Amino acid sequence: MVQASSAVPKQSKKFSAPAKMTVSLQVNGVKRTLTIAPWTTLLDALRLYLDLTGTKKGCDHGQCGACTVLVDGRRIYSCLTLAVMKDGAQVTTIEGLAQGSTLHPLQQAFMKHDAFQCGYCTPGQICSAAGLIAEGKAHTADEIRELMSGNICRCGAYPNIVAAIEEVMSGKGAEKSGEAGR
Amino acid sequence: MNNFGYTRASDVADAVRQIAADPAAKFIAGGTNLIDLMKENVARPSRLIDITHLPLNKVEETKDGGLRIGALVPNSDLSYHPQIEARYPLLASAILAGASQQLRNMASTGGNLLQRTRCFYFYDTTTPCNKREPGSGCSAIEGINRGHAILGTSEHCIATHPSDMCVALAALEACVLATGKDGERSIKFADFHRLPDDTPNIDTNLRSDEIITAIELPPKGFAANYSYLKIRDRLSYAFALVSIAVGLDIADGTIKEARLALGGVAHKPWRNHEAEAQLSGAPATRETFMRAAETVLRDARGFGHNDFKIELARRGILRTLTQAARGTPQSQADKRIK
Repeated sequence: MVQASSAVPKQSKKFSAPAKMTVSLQVNGVKRTLTIAPWTTLLDALRLYLDLTGTKKGCDHGQCGACTVLVDGRRIYSCLTLAVMKDGAQVTTIEGLAQGSTLHPLQQAFMKHDAFQCGYCTPGQICSAAGLIAEGKAHTADEIRELMSGNICRCGAYPNIVAAIEEVMSGKGAEKSGEAGR
Repeated sequence: MNNFGYTRASDVADAVRQIAADPAAKFIAGGTNLIDLMKENVARPSRLIDITHLPLNKVEETKDGGLRIGALVPNSDLSYHPQIEARYPLLASAILAGASQQLRNMASTGGNLLQRTRCFYFYDTTTPCNKREPGSGCSAIEGINRGHAILGTSEHCIATHPSDMCVALAALEACVLATGKDGERSIKFADFHRLPDDTPNIDTNLRSDEIITAIELPPKGFAANYSYLKIRDRLSYAFALVSIAVGLDIADGTIKEARLALGGVAHKPWRNHEAEAQLSGAPATRETFMRAAETVLRDARGFGHNDFKIELARRGILRTLTQAARGTPQSQADKRIK
């Protein structure tokens, strides 16, 4: 959904709001153009204006990781990012990881290892793990735990999350398992 | 969040012009602290000046053999930079001890210095706080102050500066390069952040029209004998209760030069030159380290809940000096303290 700039209500002089701005984002490979207020976070732009509700709003203060997405390939918190500052950027959300009907290896591994209970943190966990693997700095379980510490799981599924990430990192992908994708 | 305007700076001169013309505006780079403060209505800038497009993202050699780090280099890139890993591992280690990888990907080098010295009363707009509202009082001194400062406090504020990176930069004696209306100047790291005194609302000595352009590291990186030890309530992604950065230059068991800086204990990264002088020229022994720790904490004062920090800091200093002297720095992945 794109807000047309003509829809912006006129403001009185006394309380004039700063003008909305037009921003283009390449979201999951599709160019999306938005006309939004400067204070719109990337998280709100994704959820409210692009109907991509896979990215979750947890704490909204950069403390829980539920809003993690990849911007130009790097994992960040979308709740502490202003959408207007990311004009022209490539954004990947949980909705953009699967290839057609084939789930991303991390999605398959999370299912195989039961790496969640309520699932609210899972989109952020998986996007964060995708960023982690791209960074290439984690080689041990300790390093995975440390570099995934920006994603909180209140259900405490951490051991299974680490196991899922380890499996994908080792290349023994879940796609070889009969459990995958069910 | 309050409504605000948004502009971009086209170059450093334009950034200085824009901020000088609008004192209620703020620069934004990573935004990891500023946007959070704006959401809590603690920061209310009229306008954000986006500096992320300025060409300040390089790490370069300086003429004297040190490194110049552009103000917009992300914390994560800096922590993994080959020159930082090889020559300034204390800095790399301290950065990795802080925040989370997502925040490190967002946060800039200059912004790390400019995150607010703060406590939860500063964030809570329903309570008095001299830092947020000068003259309103300090809620922490008589309140819940477990995370608060034990050194350099004043009757007006006992908040701590939460950065880990800055503790290492203080130990390494970095310089901050800033550009303002009157041109560029270099600020010694020790002179950059302020103690609260009676103006806790002012965290740094950066002028209102100035922008940080770079951090300069001197050649000496203490790469052989260093350690950064951070003690916190959970193993990762939490502010320090106490953190200690140590760099030693040791020859034949004798300390030639020592750097010791503490985080989580004061309004700014805390150094004690007397303790460093005691270490210099002394044998690298437990007795030497104990004496230095006593000196650092001689004037420490707790406020009730944070009294434990004094003993924690004492033991932490001893442990970190031992790790540095042995050449076995604290790992930021394996959390066991050896």
